[in-house]
Amino acid sequence: MAEAAALPAGPARLAVRPRPPAALLGAAAIGPVLVLLPLGFTLLEAARVPPGRAVALLFRPLVGELLLNTVGLVLATTATAALIGTAAAWLVERTALPARGAWAVLAAMPLAIPPFVSSYAWISLSPALQDFVGAWIVVTCSYYPLVYLPVAASLRGMDPTLEETGRSLGQGPWRCFFRIVLPQLRPALLGGMLLVALNVLVEFGAFSLLRFRTFTTALYVEYRTGFNGGEAALIAVVLLLLCLACLGLELRIRGGASYARIGRGTRRRAGRHPLGWATLPVLAGFAGLVAATCGVPLGMIVYWLTRHGTAAISPVEVSAGLLLQATFASVWLGLAGAATTVALALPLGFLTARYRGRFVTLLERAAFLAQGVPGIVVALALIAMTIRALHPLYQTAALLIAAYAIVFLPLALVSVRAALVQAQRGLEEAGRSLGLGWVAVAWRVVLPVAGPGVGAAAALVFVSIVTELTATLLLAPIGTQTLATQVWADTSTLAFAAAAPYAALMAVLSLLSTWLLARRFAVAAL
Amino acid sequence: MADLRIDGLRKAFGGQVILRDVSLAVSSGELVAILGASGSGKTTLLRLICGFERADAGTIAIDGRIVSGPGVHLPAERRQVGYVAQEGALFPHLSVADNITFGLPRRLRRARHRVEELLALVGLPAGFADRPPQALSGGEQQRVALARALAPAPKLVLLDEPFSALDAALRIETREAVAAALSGSGATALLVTHDQGEALSMGHEVAVLRDGALVQVADPVTLYRRPGDPELARFVGEAVLLPGRAAAGRVTCVLGELPLAAPVAPGAVEVLVRPEQIRLGHDAAGRRARVTDVTFYGHDASVRLLLLGAEPQTLIARVAGHVSPPPGTEVAVSVEGEVVAFPAAEAPIG
Repeated sequence: MAEAAALPAGPARLAVRPRPPAALLGAAAIGPVLVLLPLGFTLLEAARVPPGRAVALLFRPLVGELLLNTVGLVLATTATAALIGTAAAWLVERTALPARGAWAVLAAMPLAIPPFVSSYAWISLSPALQDFVGAWIVVTCSYYPLVYLPVAASLRGMDPTLEETGRSLGQGPWRCFFRIVLPQLRPALLGGMLLVALNVLVEFGAFSLLRFRTFTTALYVEYRTGFNGGEAALIAVVLLLLCLACLGLELRIRGGASYARIGRGTRRRAGRHPLGWATLPVLAGFAGLVAATCGVPLGMIVYWLTRHGTAAISPVEVSAGLLLQATFASVWLGLAGAATTVALALPLGFLTARYRGRFVTLLERAAFLAQGVPGIVVALALIAMTIRALHPLYQTAALLIAAYAIVFLPLALVSVRAALVQAQRGLEEAGRSLGLGWVAVAWRVVLPVAGPGVGAAAALVFVSIVTELTATLLLAPIGTQTLATQVWADTSTLAFAAAAPYAALMAVLSLLSTWLLARRFAVAAL
Repeated sequence: MADLRIDGLRKAFGGQVILRDVSLAVSSGELVAILGASGSGKTTLLRLICGFERADAGTIAIDGRIVSGPGVHLPAERRQVGYVAQEGALFPHLSVADNITFGLPRRLRRARHRVEELLALVGLPAGFADRPPQALSGGEQQRVALARALAPAPKLVLLDEPFSALDAALRIETREAVAAALSGSGATALLVTHDQGEALSMGHEVAVLRDGALVQVADPVTLYRRPGDPELARFVGEAVLLPGRAAAGRVTCVLGELPLAAPVAPGAVEVLVRPEQIRLGHDAAGRRARVTDVTFYGHDASVRLLLLGAEPQTLIARVAGHVSPPPGTEVAVSVEGEVVAFPAAEAPIG
């Protein structure tokens, strides 16, 4: 970026390697330590199981079934998500698709609909959609945008001259796609696929509602039925290993092969392939995709909203008071959680944006480890830890907020860091040289530059908390219902009409904030 | 290698005319430079020949075969036209050798057909074959891009401002390597550039494109010495333009009576004198002038002069660096060689 140009080069700059102040290091370390606590606790618990018993517990048919279910679903979902995501991205970015702006938005929209809300919609549509097929449809619909978005961005950033050069070297459009475009999409595609795999591994709500047994649902069952710490910890460790393997691969792909454009200069927009006779089939395909990913969840919510509360399989009246209470609880927890998470991410983001060093890298990696720790593992560890050592914290909102902070720290950290990187040291130094003190610099330089990014981080965390189910379900103080736990409770008892208002409110909150964020940061390919 | 014929080529984008009736013939084995300012339509011309865009009218024939014309549009991949983009556009996921063999059939790709030979042709060591493109400098990337374009033995090679992204020192070196490789391969080539020096030094012929039309196609010497109009004269180099009157193969202006390179209708004219034709001396002969300003470049210097006399006139002379006079000096001005005259634009008839 402009850093090289803005800063004086030379040996003087190289010689000075500023050490971060101790207070900053201390503040930055809180988040990573919080992340490592439940992780370390789970590993310790598992290690305390005697080896013989551990082997017996691990090599049971149950674990084999869970492994088969989980891995099978991960593979199936990842493959379909890759196919749908890449095809949709290519069609939107590279063809003369009619109304492509609208399709670009609609293709990304499923990310704003929590999977357990989708699964509520699908099973209320047909109870037959349970088990593997139902789970496959629901998570593919929910998570294919994780492939679509990076692949679309990668296609947009690709230099069209490369394809033209391929054409001039005698390669037709299809060969150009497979020999030039696809290899360059590989980092984005593989990264997206691993994110899909990771999300499927940690998903709990959707599978629980669809009665599809995976490691997360088994952990929940263990927790409900007596909670044998060692047994649960062993299953948790297997799940953790799968997640961390995905995370490790993802980091390697992201770090290693970034096919940055060689050279600089102006960029032309890529030409769009005419669709010709394929226009109608492609449009029909997009319509079908949107119907499945957005139409079914939103349509079913609206359908059940118009039914009387007693119309579903289990009749339950909707209480306006409870609805208000749940909304208030969701919003309150969301705001408190977002504030806490961003507060933890800020010093860490500042540290990693400004300083280099082994310890800094270590803290950053520890924080990102949270991506590979399923919410249910965090929640169970926090429960066990507070019961044993910090009983007053058990069943408090503070503990729930801590869980949110752990789970969403990586999400906040990415945006916060990106925002702080924009507010470069050079800008600060320019402010100082113009006679501003550090408070004035923070207020007049850093905040205006980094503020929107930090705000976006808070908004992202807020949306994620409002639509979060697992930790909320396990850690919410007794008597506290949120929108998410209400949808879950009513759907579990097949009271679909009763669940509808909560699901509707959650969908509106989530879609609205996502739309605002996307508009603010022009995420869509418009 | 083959010849290229372009006839009456036209192209407009959204109502804005980019190319108007462009006709050009390039004989086999020749390097023609297309010179134009930015926005003159030169890149569009190249993209039409490559087949990346469709022409609105006119024909393009390569080796006698029409590749673009009424009802004909051969796709880019079937034209056998090599293309070197502005920044090389090397495939970032392939090594240098894989880039070079990209356009060859699979069997030849496996055999790394002619990789070393082509690397040698563009003046790069064979050891570069296994490097990733990211490890090359800008100039090296351009040379690999040329080797890649030459590998399938194309009928024609098109180069789109291939040196504009390079810094000055690298540009000259890469230019020489590319010129040598092109003549070594015997390729017919079209080079698009906005750099006059590049066009004049590299092209066997230079075609000047202005506002979407070719205004002059000539060899570099003719283009520089006898440009078609005053504007062109200024575009291909520095120019001193003076009012004068022509009569019987000679022209009279403030610098005296000068011989004409080409005949012009008698009457009011505009006289073109190149700054390097203006000599500064100390003898009594010639017009007197005072040096007002000197821009010193080292090997030469640009000297701004005020002609002393009844009608003050400023001139620019280019002199060798070691004889550049200090400002304020009074010098004698004379003109070396023949000059060109253009009929004066608004001169009254008679």
